Amino acid sequence: MFEKIPNNVNLSENKRLQRALEQWQPNFIRWWMEMGPEGFQQDEVYLRTAISVDSNGWAQFDYVKMPDYRWGIFLVPAEPDRKIHFGDHIGEPVWNDVPGEFRKELRRIIVTQGDTEPASVEQQRLLGHTTPSLYDLRNLFQVNVEEGRHLWAMVYLLHQFFGRDGREEAEDLLTRRSGHKDTPRILEAFNKPVRDWLAFFAFTMFTDRDGKYQLAALAESAFDPLARSTKFMLTEEAHHLFVGETGIARIVKRTAELMKLSPNEDVTELGGIPLDIIQKYINEWFSASLDLFGSEDSSNAATFFGAGLKGRYREAERYSDHLALEGSYKLEVPDENGHLVERSIPLRRAMNIQLQDAYIEDCERALRRWNEILEKAGLSYRLKLPSQRFNRRIGVFSSHYFTPEGKIISESEFKSRSNQWLPTQEDYAYVSSLMTPVYERGKIANWIAPPTRGINQKPIDFEYVRR
Amino acid sequence: MEAIRFETDPCNYKHWVLEVESPIATLWLDVKEEAGLRPGYLLKMNSYDLGVDIELADAVQRLRFEHPEVEVVIISSKRDGIFSAGANIFMLGSSSHEFKVNFCKFTNETRLAIEDATDHSGQVYIAALNGTASGGGYELPLACKEIYLVDDRRSAVSLPEVPYLGVLPGTGGLTRLVDKRKVRRDRADIFVTLAEGIKGNRAAEWGLVDAVFPPSRFADSVMERARKLAVEHRNPTGIRLDYLNPTETDTEIRYRYVRLKLGPEARLARLIIEGPPDDFVIEKDPAAAGADFLPLRVFRELDDALLRLRFNYPEIGLVLIQTRGKLSNVLKMDAQLSAHKQDWFVREVLLLAKRVLKRMDVSAKSFFALIDEGSCFAGSYLELALAADRTYMLDKPGVEVALSDLNRGLLPMGNGLSRLATKLLGEPRLLAELMNSSETFDAGQAEAAGLATVAVDELDWDDEIRLAVEERTSLSPDALTGLEASLRFAGPETLETKIFGRLSAWQNWIFQRPNAVGEHGALVMYGKASRPRFDWRRT
Ligand SMILES: [Fe+2]
Ligand SMILES: [Fe+2]
Repeated sequence: MFEKIPNNVNLSENKRLQRALEQWQPNFIRWWMEMGPEGFQQDEVYLRTAISVDSNGWAQFDYVKMPDYRWGIFLVPAEPDRKIHFGDHIGEPVWNDVPGEFRKELRRIIVTQGDTEPASVEQQRLLGHTTPSLYDLRNLFQVNVEEGRHLWAMVYLLHQFFGRDGREEAEDLLTRRSGHKDTPRILEAFNKPVRDWLAFFAFTMFTDRDGKYQLAALAESAFDPLARSTKFMLTEEAHHLFVGETGIARIVKRTAELMKLSPNEDVTELGGIPLDIIQKYINEWFSASLDLFGSEDSSNAATFFGAGLKGRYREAERYSDHLALEGSYKLEVPDENGHLVERSIPLRRAMNIQLQDAYIEDCERALRRWNEILEKAGLSYRLKLPSQRFNRRIGVFSSHYFTPEGKIISESEFKSRSNQWLPTQEDYAYVSSLMTPVYERGKIANWIAPPTRGINQKPIDFEYVRR
Repeated sequence: MEAIRFETDPCNYKHWVLEVESPIATLWLDVKEEAGLRPGYLLKMNSYDLGVDIELADAVQRLRFEHPEVEVVIISSKRDGIFSAGANIFMLGSSSHEFKVNFCKFTNETRLAIEDATDHSGQVYIAALNGTASGGGYELPLACKEIYLVDDRRSAVSLPEVPYLGVLPGTGGLTRLVDKRKVRRDRADIFVTLAEGIKGNRAAEWGLVDAVFPPSRFADSVMERARKLAVEHRNPTGIRLDYLNPTETDTEIRYRYVRLKLGPEARLARLIIEGPPDDFVIEKDPAAAGADFLPLRVFRELDDALLRLRFNYPEIGLVLIQTRGKLSNVLKMDAQLSAHKQDWFVREVLLLAKRVLKRMDVSAKSFFALIDEGSCFAGSYLELALAADRTYMLDKPGVEVALSDLNRGLLPMGNGLSRLATKLLGEPRLLAELMNSSETFDAGQAEAAGLATVAVDELDWDDEIRLAVEERTSLSPDALTGLEASLRFAGPETLETKIFGRLSAWQNWIFQRPNAVGEHGALVMYGKASRPRFDWRRT
């Protein structure tokens, strides 16, 4: 069984890991069959598989049935003499084992990250039935199998470094279920239903992008195996973000075309997705994804940074003060009377929001691209990101209500106006009415534009999934 | 600091909701973040401060007196995913040492009152942990007879004080783990150093909780269990506990039967308790007297006075206890109480008296009882003298003390023995004689029988008392606290004596040490940017 698992962690001689995987791997397959993409497990899908970490090994393309996918374990090669480059242990050698002192924190970080990976597969498991094209279907499955591999990456760390507790946590990663009343996933955005392809693209655009920033912060970690694992995950994650960003871009493009065709710019008559519904999905998924960063003022975040467990986005390049013991982050927060007042958060306690700032910058860039499409089409409508205060469940803004512009309002005003800002049942119903599957080679659903190029230099009408 | 009040009622609760659907009552914890007793901290995640616990203590008391028909009390939380995060760390961090210790003491007494209700009042407490319970948030469930935890793969029980704060669980958590729930001590060792705690089936396997249920079945399963426990179908009618409404001045708090006089001497207070009137009689239905029932009222007033002494007058070190009334009236009252002890209401009054006297036993104040002319130290009132560290008795004809059944086991101390038996541990023959005696004792006899410490001649009285007071109030208050706690509890150890003994010895020591409260101590560094630094030498 172990010969089939691609890896660069010397699995064939690692008895401890073998023993743990012997138990876990069959349960993983069981989970995949039960909770993985429904209805397509016997189809041949044109997927990339990582079989090594060098430039031609990490992306091997071929047809494969998903249950036969070779989920592997890869860490980027160790950097010799790597030193801890931030926090209280700065300048000391990085750790190749878990220090007992930080065992619980590291385990928590890894379990929380690991839990998101199978969660997203569960959230997306029915989408194959409504795919707009074979190209998109293949991308969905690529994302799914790689989220599965990300789960393997985190499970490797649990198995290798956390003993019996780690094995138990690895089992639990397979028993929680997205959105389940009794055994939900840990983070809320991963319990939300991903009902349709617009939601899928919004999810891969905004929620997977949170994942990118979390992984990037962990890639700075003093615990070297974690840093090296997450660095490799980032290479795969880039494709997921591409799927999300270009997915929405293609919808925006198609909507713009249809607006031109319709005399009063009403695309619903022509089976397109109106821009204001797209905007509402952006509002929904952006705000839910911000919650994943955690509280703006967080003692946990301070501990993680001080201990060297989790850095900031590109800590070495973007920052000069790697101790962050002095200085503060200024943030306008609501006081008891509901007025926004400036609060100074000691820098170390403000790690979450510093990471979030880098994320928002990145999202803004994507928004500009989408708006360029609208501009080119000669339309005046512009999509925008809502304020970071809008619709929050976690953090300093969660106790008040805000408009997408960030103005504080009463609960009743929020309730009465939220149908302008967040998707309504009718919006969901309308979008879902458009979701009829297209399985014919080279064909594409009416509500989305075709991609500009195919996968791995293949043409757009390539048979990405053999049904 | 503004004086703390200990009386409240369900209409004024800020942090609890009491729902009574007899025979089951539910106490919902729903802490208002910004309604702390003092400014400067937020009570996040159902964490608590003294104000939250005062309401809990009130609720436990009221359930016994106002809802005797209730057989099961469920303690749960209104908040999703969180039962309670325990005592608020920032409140503790900003409190004086004496406040912290008294806070812990009070919360301990409330937990013990819960166990007392379960064991003796037929009100069984069960904890329904619908979310994570950590620190004091798990110690409260430990005081309940049964603990149920939701199994949502997230919610855990934990005692993270050692790994997170460098202090101990302060409300009997360690003792109850191994002594009450009988968790294996090696497992307990792992549990209390595991900051994130233990969840799900393992929590049940290790005996940390009685069972776990998934969220969808949680409420129903707990309710089903509660219904199984509520089988007696008794239907007495409760009484209403009114407010005591004492008259307060700078030098005196005057209740109906109890007066607390402050000063004029430095660090000195006097508690003066009035005895029952000539016509005191217990009706056929004792509860008909309601909250005016004299012994109930006397002990409620004493309770309130003791709490105020602890929290609002930290500098008072010595309390002189006096009584005023007729010996015979107390004996008549006690005889009737003893005759009615099966009645639910009289039982509750006796249990209350027991708890108040225990409150006195663990108070960090010196108590001297003064038995002089016009005093009525018999039976229940004599128990105050037996609880005191010393008793001075005027040697004069007519000044007498006497025993009743209430001295012979109805009001046991935390060690399970009567105060008389504890005092006479080395004189079993004398104790046996006293168990049957119905005489009165003058000063000389009382001294010989262990009912008074010193018989004092009338000519010496004023000087003797003055000297005793001046000497006592000049000694180190810390040494006295340790001294009294060591001498008061001879005899066997119980859960209760262990809890208070460990608390005062270990927790209070750790709370003073640099490893907790020094510049880099764990308690000080909690929630800050860097990690604590320890002095690694074990003592
Ligand atoms: Fe992932
Ligand atoms: Fe992803």
